[in-house]
Amino acid sequence: MPRSVKKGPYIDAKLLAKIDMMNARNERKVIKTWARSCTISPDFVGHTLAVHNGNKFIPVYITENMVGHKLGEFSPTRLFRGHGGRLSDKRSKIS
Amino acid sequence: MARIAGVDLPKGKRIEIALTYLYGIGPSRSRWILESTGVDPDRRAVDLTDDDVNKLRQEIEGNYKVEGALRTEVSMNIKRLMDIGCYRGLRHRRGLPVRGQRTHTNARTHKGQRRAIAGKKTAPKK
Repeated sequence: MPRSVKKGPYIDAKLLAKIDMMNARNERKVIKTWARSCTISPDFVGHTLAVHNGNKFIPVYITENMVGHKLGEFSPTRLFRGHGGRLSDKRSKIS
Repeated sequence: MARIAGVDLPKGKRIEIALTYLYGIGPSRSRWILESTGVDPDRRAVDLTDDDVNKLRQEIEGNYKVEGALRTEVSMNIKRLMDIGCYRGLRHRRGLPVRGQRTHTNARTHKGQRRAIAGKKTAPKK
């Protein structure tokens, strides 16, 4: 079920403050963040955020199309290496 | 013959049902359309006058996105998800269910026919 419109989107306050500061100074720096549930606001466009996936930070370059999605959607938490011993042997030989 | 948005309507069916043969029009929309044009929903598609058909055509082509245009919109939406590299896009790329359903079993609608796994033992038949 989607979030109530009355509340507006959830945007991590600290992250937004940092971005606003960088926008004011016209800076472009990678910000590390754990705020996976933070909605991407139009202010974020053009920045690169390093979004934590539980293991490491995945750099995400924010484009206009991403506005309205959550940061976590761009930093997958699961790694699927495929099933079966033989198949993965083949794969490792290829790569 | 009634031809709306490039699709022939089935002749023998009630117009309320016949309109649902268009992609993008289901039972509810079909009813709304008939209500706003004032066409009797119980009439058969063959019995419609040219005037009625024209009214329906104008109503549908003017106010609703159907058939080709709707199909392109849907596939563009999916393409957008795949291009921005978000989780839903990744699921579409792999052909797995997008909305968090289980994939241990089931999910055959999106995954398609079962593929045999080499070397997997099958239960012995009695």
